[in-house]
Amino acid sequence: MSITYLEAIREAQARALAEDPRVFIYGQDVGAFGGAFKATKNLAEEFPGRVIDSPISEDAIIGLAIGAAIDGMRPIIEMQFADFSSVGFNQVINQAATLYWRTQVPCPVTIRLPAGGTSGSGPFHSQNMEAIYAHYPGLVVMTPATVEDAYHMLLEAVAIDDPVIFCEHKYLYYHLKADKLPADAMPTGKARIAREGRDLTIVAYSAMVHEALAVAEELASEGTEIEVVDLRSVKPLDTDTVMASVARTGRLLCVGEAWPWGGVTAEVMARVAGEGFGLLDAPPQRLNAKDTPVPYHPNLWAAHRPTARSIATAARNLLGL
Amino acid sequence: MVQTVASPKAGAVVSTFRDEYTNAFRWMLLARTLDDKFAGLYRAGKIHGGVFLGRGQEALSVSVGLALRKGDVFAPLIRDQAGRLAFGEPILDAVRTYLGSTLGPMRGRDGNIHRGRPREGLLPMISHLGAMIAVVNGILFARRLRNISGVVGAASIGDGGTSTGSFHEAINLAAVEKLPLVLIVANNQYAYSTPTSRQFACGDLVDKAIGYGVDSQTVDGTDLSACLEVVGEAVKRAREGHGPQMVVARLLRLCGHGEHDVADYVDPKLKQSPVGRDCLKVAEEHLLQQGWADARTIELWRSEMVQKAEDAVATVQREPAPDPYEEDWRALSSQRLLEAREERPG
Ligand SMILES: Cc1ncc(C[n+]2csc(CCOP(=O)(O)OP(=O)(O)O)c2C)c(N)n1
Ligand SMILES: [Mg+2]
Repeated sequence: MSITYLEAIREAQARALAEDPRVFIYGQDVGAFGGAFKATKNLAEEFPGRVIDSPISEDAIIGLAIGAAIDGMRPIIEMQFADFSSVGFNQVINQAATLYWRTQVPCPVTIRLPAGGTSGSGPFHSQNMEAIYAHYPGLVVMTPATVEDAYHMLLEAVAIDDPVIFCEHKYLYYHLKADKLPADAMPTGKARIAREGRDLTIVAYSAMVHEALAVAEELASEGTEIEVVDLRSVKPLDTDTVMASVARTGRLLCVGEAWPWGGVTAEVMARVAGEGFGLLDAPPQRLNAKDTPVPYHPNLWAAHRPTARSIATAARNLLGL
Repeated sequence: MVQTVASPKAGAVVSTFRDEYTNAFRWMLLARTLDDKFAGLYRAGKIHGGVFLGRGQEALSVSVGLALRKGDVFAPLIRDQAGRLAFGEPILDAVRTYLGSTLGPMRGRDGNIHRGRPREGLLPMISHLGAMIAVVNGILFARRLRNISGVVGAASIGDGGTSTGSFHEAINLAAVEKLPLVLIVANNQYAYSTPTSRQFACGDLVDKAIGYGVDSQTVDGTDLSACLEVVGEAVKRAREGHGPQMVVARLLRLCGHGEHDVADYVDPKLKQSPVGRDCLKVAEEHLLQQGWADARTIELWRSEMVQKAEDAVATVQREPAPDPYEEDWRALSSQRLLEAREERPG
């Protein structure tokens, strides 16, 4: 048996629905149709009345989830694409994110964002929004890179008493497969050493973990050992694991598919430079998408976001190779 | 933009209803032919990303394009091939955007139906539904501030799009400002897989207009005569200063949401009902019945349109695809404000 990243997301939701009567799923076309990406396939049938089609009203959808959460439910919201969450942004950042701090009443909503670039999708179906949400206090932002994490972190997202922005990468939906779902996983908030190495640390998350692993493989054949750290969640961000890795390698390259200004890679760099300057043998580097909207044409798209090729170049430069 | 692409009447004054109808039919035929061509290219794997067709909505869409004039504003959505052509968008804009040619208006940066020429009154839709209406308002508002009158702005929206906050904010604002906005609502019974019963609970979408104090009309979207008349009248009223107008057309999406979608969720009863009629077939029958065109003439038109579509595709297939090394990777027009550190693709 093998299971894809997308199927893992479906399975996690099925399990959450089965185990917790407070869970329901709300979003556009999530019902009988099973969602634009089929992440809720057959769930409406298996859990009658709990997997429900919404109107095209992102602000009201997220507002509804917040209300239901206040009332003791555990809603899972599917945005059809991460990009459209901008329309519900106000509810997320001003309502969900502030509720606990203002009232001591927690807000356990899970908002699934099908995120990230796939070729030919263009500026409004490709965005990575983890940095924007992570900027706001009061939100947990998950960015799973593996089938196992997609499954377990989504279950954890539902269980967590706070609002969780669950960034699931569309490129990984079908590309990534595992043999089976593991029984348990690391808790959210802990980064994972995806590959060990002593010469350079590449910190990545979501789809970029796989580009980084490909680079590690390539450079290993030339005798360079790259350590790849998968952040798993960008908020909380596991500074300790990153710092421990940099302590071993003395070099840092941080890679993100999102835009360069601010964001996750800037945050990692700031923490390492601020708290671990003495650990560094070379100036820390980062690689992001270019500072333009995500282009449609595959030729442009492939050059817009970091790839194994551009990461390898950056890694070689950093290593003086 | 000038209307020269397919119309034999280009530039000439359209005199009779017969001429108007025939002209509209020819645009519809071109739109359908072009859409079919895109669907074929999609199946052949020649198009990056999705393909979204206006099949079944040509009568409504073309009526908008024809009711508008040069200097007006049009914000089409994903099923408006016919209206775009009739408004004056060159066929090549569509083909170049679908195939990602650098010579197209979007230069490979954006694709498929996300295209337009803002300076020429044809707004390039973003995906976020409802977002274009307020922008049309803005153009109309700016014209008024500059004492330019007689301008109309039309915006398309679907049954699903009427559930967005943006739709409600923009229609209310247009009503408050009494702007010459014409909202064209294509109630094609589905928003992707979602039927209208899960989208709104009012008896008819025109009820929403009433709530905002906006004039509204319904129309049978499968009937070209009715569409030409009702949309034409709405545009006329807006132009005459009666404030925003809304037209709600009943029809059926005769394709998937996109070409990736087999749409097996569409209720077969709807397909067999009057709402499921194909407006192009209905119009063709009408032409024959009235004796405005004979079967041979329509066949000739059909091959003419196929030729136009194929010529455009053949032209564009020889054009350059975007080159990341040629791209300037700049999203600001103010050169002096650009950060200079942009590295070249590796
Ligand atoms: C704000 C927003 N949310 C979600 C989507 C995803 N989406 C694209 S088209 C569509 C259905 C649109 O239905 P409708 O407005 O009826 O237009 P139709 O496709 O039927 O022409 C959806 C949900 C979107 N584009 N914008
Ligand atoms: Mg619709």
